Amino acid sequence: MGLRGIWHNHTVTRPSALSSPALACRGLHKRYGDVVAVAGLDLEVRAGECFGLLGPNGAGKTTTVEILEGLLDADAGEIEVLGMRWGADDEALRQRLGIQLQDTQFSDKLSVEEVVALFRSFYRRGPSVDEVLAKVELESKRRAWVSTLSGGQKQRLAVACALVNEPDLLFLDEPTTGLDPQSRRQLWALLGRFRARGGTIVITTHYMDEAETLCDRIAIIDQGRVIAVGTPHELIASLGAEHVIEFAVEPGAEVPRDRIVAMAGVQDVRQADGRVYVRVSQLHTVMPALLAELQRSGASLSHFNTHQATLEDVFVALTGRHLRDD
Amino acid sequence: MCSSPSRDGICAMTERPISSHPLVQLTLTRLREFVREPEAVFWVVIFPIVLAAALGIAFRTQGDEPVHVGVVAGPGSDPVVAALKASHGIDVTEVTPKRADLALRDGQVQVVVLPGVPPTYRFDPTRPESRLARLEVDAALQRAAGRVDRFAAGEQKLEVVGSRYIDWLVPGLLGVNIMGTGIWGISFSIVTARSKRLLKRMAATPMFRSHYLLAQMLARLAFLVLEVATLLVFAWAAFAVPVRGTLVTLALVAVLGAMAFAGLGLLVSSRARTVEAVSGWVNLVQVPMWVLSGVFFSSAHFPAAAQPVIHALPLTALNDALRAVMLDGASLAGVGGELLILSAWALVSFGLAVRLFRWR
Repeated sequence: MGLRGIWHNHTVTRPSALSSPALACRGLHKRYGDVVAVAGLDLEVRAGECFGLLGPNGAGKTTTVEILEGLLDADAGEIEVLGMRWGADDEALRQRLGIQLQDTQFSDKLSVEEVVALFRSFYRRGPSVDEVLAKVELESKRRAWVSTLSGGQKQRLAVACALVNEPDLLFLDEPTTGLDPQSRRQLWALLGRFRARGGTIVITTHYMDEAETLCDRIAIIDQGRVIAVGTPHELIASLGAEHVIEFAVEPGAEVPRDRIVAMAGVQDVRQADGRVYVRVSQLHTVMPALLAELQRSGASLSHFNTHQATLEDVFVALTGRHLRDD
Repeated sequence: MCSSPSRDGICAMTERPISSHPLVQLTLTRLREFVREPEAVFWVVIFPIVLAAALGIAFRTQGDEPVHVGVVAGPGSDPVVAALKASHGIDVTEVTPKRADLALRDGQVQVVVLPGVPPTYRFDPTRPESRLARLEVDAALQRAAGRVDRFAAGEQKLEVVGSRYIDWLVPGLLGVNIMGTGIWGISFSIVTARSKRLLKRMAATPMFRSHYLLAQMLARLAFLVLEVATLLVFAWAAFAVPVRGTLVTLALVAVLGAMAFAGLGLLVSSRARTVEAVSGWVNLVQVPMWVLSGVFFSSAHFPAAAQPVIHALPLTALNDALRAVMLDGASLAGVGGELLILSAWALVSFGLAVRLFRWR
């Protein structure tokens, strides 16, 4: 107690970015029988940032987050959350964490405010039920049964239950999966308000646009490991290319891969799922040359598209696969 | 909820009203889930009343029911029919030889008389009512043939409240109902919460896990008052089934019984992930007790060697204690042994359930 008691007297504000990280783990391992879910994973999340875990389904994101949340035991690895450790400070940690799990279904026949009041009762301190409902914009639904809520409203209720203790660190596991665009933006705005008050967020997603919009930094996860960490800008810049040309040719036609690689301004050519991805630094010089080359080789295009490089392209560049298989 | 929020909207623990205590909230949640489920209310409250009414009506009139006798029609059957009709408490029908065995098997008649000198009785000696009917018929025909009784014995007909079948049945129904709602109600609610990942979500909060389990048992007590009171009031109003012991003793027996079965409910649902899986366990626990613990017929019918096991079962203890309090007016001390058995079941099953409980 001693030292921490003294600190509490005058450190009212949350730890700044310069102080110890909000969360750190090293060498995390977890296996289920023969399946390795997490294979030596290191992370460091700074206080006050929104940190994204981006990766395809089955990459080990949920397992990782549930270990960090103290819901699963790791087979090996060290974890420190808000300067505390699972096993030693569980009660103190739980009081300060906000958690939304991927697949929680609240009882259909309870009202929104009853669910929030129940979760509020588990914590020593936090805002009132009314305040929480205002934060997630569910005041008008307070007396509605859970069964009558839309997908987006249910997800906001889940986030409300994670906010009842005014947490220092908020874990969100795929909070917008299956939601329509408007509901997603509504949830993003709500998370933005949480961050504006200095809260730290760890969020998993397989939506690259969500990661780019919300996150200060991102860890790209694949097969239980972190394969890249950085700000969205850094990660995209690491491609050395600002644009991606994506095309497909009619079946049977040959793609003159070597000749495309040799063009000035082309960084890399990859083929995945029947499509060709050409990362380029100068779209205006590569594009005419590429079209001329394809014409010369007699390949007719069935698909052609260019976009600014995204995290999806980073993932493709690192793994040769897509984040989502749809 | 927060009487004086500080600047950042955070209020201190000391100002929280009792209604925001986690145990209160968890218990309220369980009660709300129950009363908002009309089917659950039906099975807990209405169904036992329907069952008691049906059984009460079926068995109430058994005392003055006549014996049913079939007489095979043919030469010499008329005097036999006339003699039996003249006797009190015998209901006679004439049957064809072909129908006689069928009528016996289906219980329409309990004995068949084949007229002759002397007559022959066809009956099923494994059925007590069949043997009884044979004796009544024999006595009536002997008297008609000229036998004179040496004396006419005095009769005291037992129609005293407290010793009829319905009096014996109602405590058993009460016991079986306390068992059913305890085991079913708790295991269904827990397994549903587990399959919806709600238990995992709660385990991610600082909630005391024992609070969750305790709230299930507390909510159980609220339903208990409802189900015990409705069944007792119904049995008293419809059949004048008495409660001779004190209501306090009866309440204590019911509460300890409910706790024993709530504990068993927690135990059977401590690991199951689906309602289907837990159904099997629930039946495995309940069905043997329905048969062995003296609900519809006395457990004394089972061999002596099995009696120690039968008496250690929680439903036997509960039924014995309920009957002792309701019918014999037993005091608390009089049902001490049964209460001890019920307490042991409650403590052991709750303790095991807490250890085995799966939150994910």
